This record gives sequence, C-alpha cells and structure tokens, in this order.
Amino acid sequence: MARAVSPRRRMIFTVLAWSIAFVIFFPVLWTVLTSFKTEGEAIHLPPKFIFFDWTLENYAVVQERSNYLKFAMNSVFLALGSTFFALVIAIPAAWAMAFAPGKYTKDILMWMLSTKMMPPVGALIPLYLIFRDLGLLDTRGGIIAVLMLLNLPIIIWMLYTYFKEIPGEILEASRMDGASVGKELLYVLAPMAVPGIASTVLLNIILAWNEAFWTLSLTTKDAAPLTQFIASYSSPEGLFWAKLSAASTMAIAPILVLGWFAQKQLVRGLTFGAVK
Amino acid sequence: MGTITLRNVRKAFGDAIIIPGADLEIGHGEFVVFVGPSGCGKSTLLRLIAGLEDLTAGEIFIDGQNVSDVPPSKRGLSMVFQSYALYPHMSVRNNIAFGLKMAGMPKDEIEAKVMKAAATLNLTEYLDRKPRQLSGGQRQRVAIGRAIVRQPKGFLFDEPLSNLDAALRVNMRVEIMQLHQDLGATMIYVTHDQVEAMTMADRIVVLNRGVIEQVGSPLELYHRPDSVFVAGFIGSPRMNLMTGVVAAKHKAQTIGVRPEHMAIIPSGGDVDGTILLTEHLGSDSFLHVDGGEAGRLTVRASGDFAGKPGDKVSLKFEPDRIHKFDGSGRAVR
Amino acid sequence: MATQQTRALGRIAVAPSVIALFLWMIVPLSMTIWFSFLRYNLLDPNPACSLLTPGQLLDEANRCFAGTTNYYYFLTDPAFFKAMRNSLMLVGWVIAISVIGGTLLALLLDQAIYGRNIVRLMIIAPFFVMPTVSALVWKNMMMHPVQGFLAWITKSLGLGAIDWFAHYPMTAIVIMVSWQWLPFATLIILTALQSFDEEQKEAAQMDGTPPLSFFWYMILPHLARPITVVILIETIFLLNVFAEIYVSGSGGRAGNLPYLVYQYGLLSNDIGGASAGGIVAVVLANIVAFFLMRMIGKNLEG
Repeated sequence: MARAVSPRRRMIFTVLAWSIAFVIFFPVLWTVLTSFKTEGEAIHLPPKFIFFDWTLENYAVVQERSNYLKFAMNSVFLALGSTFFALVIAIPAAWAMAFAPGKYTKDILMWMLSTKMMPPVGALIPLYLIFRDLGLLDTRGGIIAVLMLLNLPIIIWMLYTYFKEIPGEILEASRMDGASVGKELLYVLAPMAVPGIASTVLLNIILAWNEAFWTLSLTTKDAAPLTQFIASYSSPEGLFWAKLSAASTMAIAPILVLGWFAQKQLVRGLTFGAVK
Repeated sequence: MGTITLRNVRKAFGDAIIIPGADLEIGHGEFVVFVGPSGCGKSTLLRLIAGLEDLTAGEIFIDGQNVSDVPPSKRGLSMVFQSYALYPHMSVRNNIAFGLKMAGMPKDEIEAKVMKAAATLNLTEYLDRKPRQLSGGQRQRVAIGRAIVRQPKGFLFDEPLSNLDAALRVNMRVEIMQLHQDLGATMIYVTHDQVEAMTMADRIVVLNRGVIEQVGSPLELYHRPDSVFVAGFIGSPRMNLMTGVVAAKHKAQTIGVRPEHMAIIPSGGDVDGTILLTEHLGSDSFLHVDGGEAGRLTVRASGDFAGKPGDKVSLKFEPDRIHKFDGSGRAVR
Repeated sequence: MATQQTRALGRIAVAPSVIALFLWMIVPLSMTIWFSFLRYNLLDPNPACSLLTPGQLLDEANRCFAGTTNYYYFLTDPAFFKAMRNSLMLVGWVIAISVIGGTLLALLLDQAIYGRNIVRLMIIAPFFVMPTVSALVWKNMMMHPVQGFLAWITKSLGLGAIDWFAHYPMTAIVIMVSWQWLPFATLIILTALQSFDEEQKEAAQMDGTPPLSFFWYMILPHLARPITVVILIETIFLLNVFAEIYVSGSGGRAGNLPYLVYQYGLLSNDIGGASAGGIVAVVLANIVAFFLMRMIGKNLEG
C-alpha cells in the first residue's frame, strides 16, 4: 500500500477509470433520466441530459395503467418466499456437511452443483406440463418452489463455505454444555453465521428477482413478477420511452441498491467459493 | 464423585489406528495429566472421554456407569478447549450461563451461580463484555468459568495454556492448581509440555503413538522411567542417552543419566570430553560436552562454573542414578 | 471428526435438500427423455401419448413412438445449425469481450485512483439489471435507429444511423449481453487481484522487474484460476441466455438453442421435437459442466 504513485499518473488513471465507468453505467443512468422526462423530450434529438422539465408523471401513469405495485409485490413474494424456504432446508444441510462430513459429503456437494448446470430448456416442457396439470401455472406457490430449487445449490454452497470458517470447537463446547443439535444450530451456529447468512440471503434475493426464464414461461398475470411486467412493455408500449424508463427504473432500483451492498459476497457466491 | 475408567479403549480413523488399546483408572479428585509429543493421541483420548468422538472398541465408565454410548452432554463432564471456544456473540455472563440455561435451571439460580463463578475467577467487572474485548488470560478464565458452573463430575482440559504467553502461563497454571484444590474435582489435563505435567499432576500418563508408556506420579516418572521414551521425555534439560561401548559397560543397550546426576572431575570419570559451549543461568550452568563415543552430553554444573569451551573435562556418573534399557527400550532394573 | 450420533443427525439434515434436488433434476429430465422419443404434439386431436397406460401405448405404438425421428428432425433442421451457430457466437464473443475487457478494467481499478469505490459501484451496476429491462432499454433507448442514443452519436460523427436489431441482430445481442457480463468478470478478477501478495509486488520492484514482465510472469499466472472460473461460469449462463433474445424480439435471426427449443415447444406445440432439442442442450451443457466441476472440485481440497 505504501507504494509511491506520482500524482500525474494517478490523475491519468483516475480520468480513464471514471470515463470507462461512466460509459458502462450510462444506459442505467440514461434510463433513470429518461423516466423523468415527458414522452416528447424522451425521444428528442439532440438528447437532453439535465435541462428538461423534470416530471413524476410517468411513474403515476405506469402504476395506474399497468399496476406496477401488483407485479412488485409478486417479485417481493417470490424473492423472499423462495429464499426463506431454501434457507430452512439449506441451513441444516450446510451444517451437516461442514461439521459432520461423511464419506460422500464432497460428492453430494459436487452433485448439487451439477444440478445448477442443467439447462432450463431441458426441463421446460415437462415442468410446463406438470404445472399445467396440477394447476400451478401462474401461481406464486409454484414459482416459489421453482426458484427455491433453482438457487438451493448456490445457497447450500455459500452457507457451507461460511460455516467452514467457524471453528468446530465452539460447536463442541455447546455440545458439552448440553445443547441439543437444534439448540446448537439456533443459539450458537446461526448467530455466529449471521454475516454469512445475510450475504447468502442477499445474493439469493438478487438472483430470484432477476430470474427471467422460468418467470416468463410459467407466469402470465396473477403471479407475474417484474420481469414479466417489463416484458409486457416490449410492444407497443415500448414506444413510450419515458414510461418504459419509469417502469424499468422501478424494476431495477431495489435490486441495484441491494446489489451494491452485496458485491463483495457476490463474488464468493457466484464462483461457489472458488474466488474469495 | 468422579471416577473415570477406561477399559481397552481403541480408536481408529479408517485404517489409521490412533489408539491401539488403552486401560486407565482415574480416582475421584485426582489431577491427571496426559502428556506426550504432538500426534501421540492424547487429545483424541480426551475427546473420547468427553464423548466428542466414538469409540472404535472398548468401554468408558464414569462413576461406575458405562457411558460409551452416552452423548457428551449427558456425561456430566466439562471441557476447556485449546482455543477456549467461547461463544463470540454472547457476553461473558451468557457464555458462563449457557450450559445452565440448556439444563433449564431457573433464572435466579443461574444468576447466583454465574456471580459466584465470576467472583472466584475475578471476572465480575467483565460480565457484560464480549469475548473479543477480553485479553487472552481473561478468555481463559471465562472458559474455566463456563466449565465450573455446571458442577461437573470431572473437568477436561485440552492444552488450555498453549495460547498464552510464558508469564501468563505460569500464573494460570497456579490458578488451575488452586481451583483443583478448592473444588476437589477430578481433572484430566492434556499438554505437550512436560514442565506443566510435572508441576501440576498428581499422576502423569505418558503417551507415545497412542500407547500409554507409563503412568505414575511426577517423581516416579523422574526417578524410575519405564522406557527410553519416558526417560527422554520427562525432565529438563533432557536425560543424556548413550548407546554403544559406554552402555555395554553397564550391560545395557542404552543407558541414561540426567544432566544433574553427573559430576565434573579432573580425570578418571566414566566419560572424557571437551566443552563445546556453556549456558549460564545464574543458579546453574549447563555445559554441552562432546563426549566422544558417548555422543553429545548435557551436564549441570554450579552457577559459578568457570570452564570455557575447549576445556577438557571428565564426567563421573552417580552410580545409582544410571538408568539402563534393553534393546526394546524397556527399563532393566 | 464427529460421532455416529451427529453423523446420523447430519444425514437427516441433508436429506430434504438432497431429495428435493434429486426430484428437481431427475423427474423433468426423465420426462424430457421420454417425450423426446414420442410423437407428441399438443395440437394432435388424439389423446396425448404420454397420458396412455402402458397397454394402450403398445397398441398405439406406431402412432406414438417416434424412435429417433425427433432427434433426426431437430438435428437436421437448418434452424438448429443457425441456433447452434448463434449460441456459440454469443458465448464466444461475450466471453472474449468480458475476460479481456474485465482483466484490463480490473488492472486499472487496482491502481491508486480517486473514488475507486464509486467507480466500482458504477461498473458493477449492469450486472444487477434484470435481463428483460436490459433488453428493452438497449433495443429502444440505446439502439433505436432513429431516436436511439447510439444513433445520435453515429450521426453526429457523420457515420449515419445504424439499425442494430434489424441489420446486425447478433452484434446487438452480443453488445447487450457483454454489457451485463463484463462487470461480473471485472468484479471477480479484481477481487483476485486484490488478494495478490503485496510483498511479492515489493520484491519484484526491488528486483527491478519491468511492469510488462511483472504482469506476464506474476499477475497472469495468479489470475489463471479466477479467469478459468469466469469462463466456465459464464459459459453455463450464456448457453442459457433466453430473456434478452425473447424480449428484444430478435429470436428469428439471433435465436440460440434455448430459444429454438422454446419455439418448438411453446410456439409450435411440438413437445417431442422440443424435448429432443432440450436433451441436445443438456448434453452440450454437460460437456462444459464437466470441466467446471473439476475446477471447483480441486478447489474443495484446498
């Protein structure tokens, strides 16, 4: 850290980095700016960057016309629901694999990962038919189950890598103190793993929120989350850019904020612990 | 009460045999130290007694009751871990109280016991701190506090002092011995440090590659080691072990003489040699002597010994302090 | 390092996850395999073959069993070659762009610059944008041939407007998807860079190592593993890109394998054909997965 860097060099790198970052960030920024314009200004050339009549009208229209809140609620339900149920079965599993590994633990972990590599199209047709026959199409319960299973391997893996960092002696101490396995999990392991569990939850919410293949194929209206909401703008409302922008901003804002908080943990989660 | 009996206790991890078979009787109120080099199975033996590992074969009895298949929480033992294993998210108070809470004891009773333990261990003013806010010695006390509140039949210590600096270690050693006297409870203490074993133990169990080499009081082990291994392990500086011609003179494969049992005389001793270097401790001096065929020897001399490296010396062994061992390393008496 | 009792409890604790994932994997997959050998079209007026009892199925074997016909038609469909080509182009280009760009960008971000955290936040942002949003924003506001922002830039530079999605749909999709995955590669490579031992850097400085040799002999070997991980993970995800193509309406010309399967199944109602396509996709993904698993498996040992 104590390397001497000439101020000139530092300035050049700073300008370069900021310029590239600006270009990469621009589509997001542009969407947010456009959402505050009138439709006329939105398609105006040359583009208006800051000096236009700022308006909130688009947000009101979007909510009114396409009921943003309903889709947003579905997104929240699906993300939280799938995360919650996945955690309930993943925490005990990760505990067992980290602290009471058997001969096949590594194989099971690898196998779980392999389910993640199944292309969804390989399962699309049967799942669609099963959902149709069981009346699960376009229901929250059905999609929650799918999203939970989809991300379960990542959740178990992340928890596993976090749990591995907790010294086993502490759990043994609680066992000596007379705690049953349930109490050991609840009073000792879970509180100690709070940061790890929180990161896992965060990552899973992000993944579930942005999941588009299954939500687009298995929902239409009642259980449709924001991915579907936005897809409905592909035409002809797509021509109304200001409204499209307002809708898009509302769809990505919550997750963008969460994502910024979670970026460090994200690396570990998305690489299954291969890069920390 | 708190007697612990091991009967033909075996432990293997897969093909690796850690403990081929151990028998041991520990009486009520005894302070027993398991000592041996790292990897000798002493910690495994302790964890078997605690119930944190399964027995491969054999039986363990506590107060005459077979506990071989009893889970750790039901064995009535407390353990102090090498890393202390304090619950990092709980205050000192809750760390100490956790076991009592798990046992479902009423709140006011828990509070009273925690306060008493804290007073004994000088922890009263730290009760609301988290473990990370404590020094190493304080953490150690919390770990002990957590063990004593449950009033167990026996205490298990797994190298509890190895993470402390030298000065603190001496203090804690005294405190643990004091605690043993006050509580009168059975304690099993694992260490690789023979000084700790000698100073603390009522009885020492010396382990080597999973085998109990010898069990006895510190002085018994010092005066009458049963094997070359025990002879070399107990005592500081180490006993001088000699083979070849020097040993043959005493009709043994190996002979051992402690540094303090050799006298320096001008000539005509058992071994003639040259001083290589001297260490002056004030009270004593230790000489490292090249004893020719006898190998390199350590000799204790008085604090004001004036010899210099290069000086010729002759070493005379105290005749009744020569330990003789046969080809298999067992003592010949 | 645990007792029989805990291990027994451990098995119980692992069971729900294992069973759930096993069903999730095996039920749809075996159904897909089964369907892929059937003549099964949702528009067929006869009862679906998958609903028949085994006895009925034997009676109607001629009508129902397609043998390898579905595979034959899928694999010889010109659309399959196009979809394969598109799939591979998409994977190849996006990986090339995100790995090379990501490495350079990560090296830049690893320098002493002002406001590094803010720069990092801006760069990672696209990764959190949901695919459907990204598709519509790029298709409309960025790449619209008349009013799009890029059109404005190219026109201002005197190059004239480009109708990206009409004339270069594949390029448009590659740009859009790279925009999402470049941040991912950057973030991972940057994380790996920051774990580079500072003392090694200083030692190299003391030795007077020129920057380029330092990069080649020290940094690049250190980055070999994270880059491999990025490549493998991106391959898995990129082979499955769907929403971007579907929502931007470029499936006709830039459609990849998943889109083709979707087209067979939910658009043409040819369940048998779609299933055969699904199995082809599974086989391809497994080849990639094999290498990824070996990478991660090695990491488990360490």
